[in-house]
Amino acid sequence: MKGGSAMATTYELSPLRALEAESVHVLREVAATFERPALLFSGGKDSVVLLHLAAKAFWPAPVPFPVLHVDTGHNFDEVLAFRDRAVARFGVRLVVAAVQDDIDAGRAVEETGPRASRNRLQSITLLRGIAENGFDAAFGGARRDEEKARAKERVFSFRDEYGQWDPRNQRPELWNLYNGAHRKGEHIRVFPLSNWTELDIWRYIAAEHIELPLLYYAHRRRVVHRDGMLLAHTRFVTLLEGDEPFEASVRFRTVGDATCTGCVESTATTAESVITEVAASRTTERGATRADDRISEAGMEDRKKEGYF
Amino acid sequence: MLRLATAGSVDDGKSTLIGRLLHDSKAIFADQLAAVERTSRERGEDEPNLALLTDGLRAEREQGITIDVAYRYLVTPKRKIIIADTPGHVQYTRNMVTGASTADLALILVDARKGIVEQSRRHAFIASLLGVSHLVLCVNKMDLVDWSAERFAEIREEFRRFAMKLTVADLAFVPISALHGDNVVQRSANMPWYEGTSLLHHLEEVHVASDRNLIDARLPVQYVVRAQGFRTYAGTVAGGVLKPGDDVVVLPAGFPSRIREIWGPGGEPVDEAFPPQAVTVRLDDELDVARGDLICRPHNRPHVGQDIDAMVCWLTERSTLTPGARYTLRHTTRSVRAQVHDLTYRIDVNTLHRDEAAESLSLNEIGRVRLRTQAPLLFDSYRRNRSTGSFILVDDATNNTVAAGMITEPSASVVWHPTAVGRSDRATRGMTVWLTGLSASGKSTVAAELERRLVLAGRPAYRLDGDNLRHGLNAGLGFSPKDRAENVRRVGEVAQLFADAGLVAVVSLISPYRADRDLVRARHEAAGLAFLEVFVDTPVDVCEARDPKGMYARARAGEITGFTGVDDPYEAPAEPALVLRPQDGDPAAMAIKVLALLDRP
Repeated sequence: MKGGSAMATTYELSPLRALEAESVHVLREVAATFERPALLFSGGKDSVVLLHLAAKAFWPAPVPFPVLHVDTGHNFDEVLAFRDRAVARFGVRLVVAAVQDDIDAGRAVEETGPRASRNRLQSITLLRGIAENGFDAAFGGARRDEEKARAKERVFSFRDEYGQWDPRNQRPELWNLYNGAHRKGEHIRVFPLSNWTELDIWRYIAAEHIELPLLYYAHRRRVVHRDGMLLAHTRFVTLLEGDEPFEASVRFRTVGDATCTGCVESTATTAESVITEVAASRTTERGATRADDRISEAGMEDRKKEGYF
Repeated sequence: MLRLATAGSVDDGKSTLIGRLLHDSKAIFADQLAAVERTSRERGEDEPNLALLTDGLRAEREQGITIDVAYRYLVTPKRKIIIADTPGHVQYTRNMVTGASTADLALILVDARKGIVEQSRRHAFIASLLGVSHLVLCVNKMDLVDWSAERFAEIREEFRRFAMKLTVADLAFVPISALHGDNVVQRSANMPWYEGTSLLHHLEEVHVASDRNLIDARLPVQYVVRAQGFRTYAGTVAGGVLKPGDDVVVLPAGFPSRIREIWGPGGEPVDEAFPPQAVTVRLDDELDVARGDLICRPHNRPHVGQDIDAMVCWLTERSTLTPGARYTLRHTTRSVRAQVHDLTYRIDVNTLHRDEAAESLSLNEIGRVRLRTQAPLLFDSYRRNRSTGSFILVDDATNNTVAAGMITEPSASVVWHPTAVGRSDRATRGMTVWLTGLSASGKSTVAAELERRLVLAGRPAYRLDGDNLRHGLNAGLGFSPKDRAENVRRVGEVAQLFADAGLVAVVSLISPYRADRDLVRARHEAAGLAFLEVFVDTPVDVCEARDPKGMYARARAGEITGFTGVDDPYEAPAEPALVLRPQDGDPAAMAIKVLALLDRP
């Protein structure tokens, strides 16, 4: 009987759909139990996927919380334009907390020198943005596969009134029963993408046809070799002696502050070809392109303790 | 997708095994490995220390131990594997419980030199308690016992004996060397005697999908979506399969309705929703449904109640669980106040001994408690459904999660499932004929003849023979008065089910104590079923002269004790429906006498 036999129902979700279901569950749980959640949105692929999931979780209603962008002032222009388009398309309210405001007010002191980065200052601005808006939960797109300190992170991550993470005193997290209890002034960081890997993210982007900033796909741009990475030659990068900018076909694996986010040589112009590239890659996305993780063995752990996401 | 939790004592090489698993399956990236090599070199180690791949926190690296649960990801062409890497060191039970709560499989490491230690037994018990039905025992450091097949077999047998006391559906054993990579990802040439697969291969192949409950439809309402002029209910399916068109009921109010539509995330229509899908449901009726309610099928409901019996694991060092204390209990999408009424017992996780005198539970201790909640919970037993059977307790003073709970089957409020078929709907009426008497009195021969004649006459009948049942249903029961009582109770229950189903249950069982038989009779009468007690009254000297199994001879020789009629009493029925004596004739004649009794109106 050709093709006539009924498919046996296995009631199995594909890994991607299982991850989606888990993330949707977390998003709904927070919306149902917190008063003022917000979604941290940088325009990077993880936060774009997170916003996409939020739209799916509450369908047919709109996303019931705003997005918060911590603006370092050193953004790639394409990413800012993408951010505004995305916010309009999903019909969400955008809240911007700018690092520049903290520098101007003297709450943050800018690093100096040619390798200066505003990355560390983000924690100050993030905490101010959360406090000023009275957010009691902040979704982040962080994944446990990114970094060894993040592998220890909970889905619901308690932050004290100073926004600090205490890795030795985390709440046990059992089944899918999340404990978001907190006092006024404290808040919870929520990571619905905890169990996703970089490859899962890309496979989902391909499967769902999710639009990303074009930086994520191969394009020609002027770059400079710096610390074993390729750094985009933007107005935020001061050339050092011996730096010789050149044009290459590159793409970004992460998108953050333009002063410390490197790119990789690539010819992948579609999500499918990026998947092939990522699957064959022998370096992590952070190892390849994030200068900020190279500060020390415990760079991420230290920043998370300060309030980083 | 496979979720697994690791366990093992300190220095059994757990972090090394995880590191090896990731490294040899090429899940480690060049920059991660370079960092490990650099740190290992700085510490003066010759080989890259793979444990550094997983010990991510500063304090862990400094102390060379694992402090907290970490999650790792391994993607093979066949499976995505999520590893909850739980430390064996401090606060082991808490972390193991956390990791095991979402795991399909637990991987327990033992050191081949040390063999099964307390920690191994404790971890196996916790895995079993948390409903992890697949266990893999990795016997590590085989290189240090000269790859000995005998040593491996010894450990395997010891563990197997212990695991028989637990609820473990699937048990596998792999001899490995995490340090050198033997049998971790690749089969080892050092252990040609081992016929199984490598650990990774086992993890890729083990079948876990059937562990979910696909029978009892349960949808706890998580979030109410109001849009386009109507209300829909969003939530994660916690059990069973739901379809558009299904008749449902919304608990606790009990509103009946029907599922109109089901959508997946983003509005994709769903024909069948099953766990762990996150769905949105629209019902036929506009009802007042809120978060914390539960949608299920009208004839398959969870328990509804405020008195909860549960096993709990205490997770904090800052306080203890004592009767009278109040907490916030979080269960599915409900959050209610709960008070500890009673600590029934504390369990010693090493010996599985129950301490009924215990007055509190402290960090890492497990016990059985009775809780009373302020509002009813809609629950199943944890054994039946991990989602609707689990809860956490939150301390309102600190906001910390202080306990993990697993609901046990409610003893006082077992729901008797009503049947759609009444007794009068069946083609035949059933009953129980209970033949009691000494060993070798001739009960079984009469019973066999009676069964044969009934079946010949077209009357469904089945013989329940005491000896035969001790091979199956009652294997494991001995001959103490307590075990004998249990033996009679079980056979009585089975006979009653047969009788209810329309069969004549023909029981032949010594059943020496009157009280045990009277209990069975009382249960039958309460259920409206006939119970005919037939006393096969053969004098003991006649039985002893027959002695077909040589039991009397052994009892007289002192080889067996507690033998009915020799050194244990037989209590004859006070009012039997029929007494059969040797002078009544051969077994056929006796069977006819019983038949005559059955046909009496």
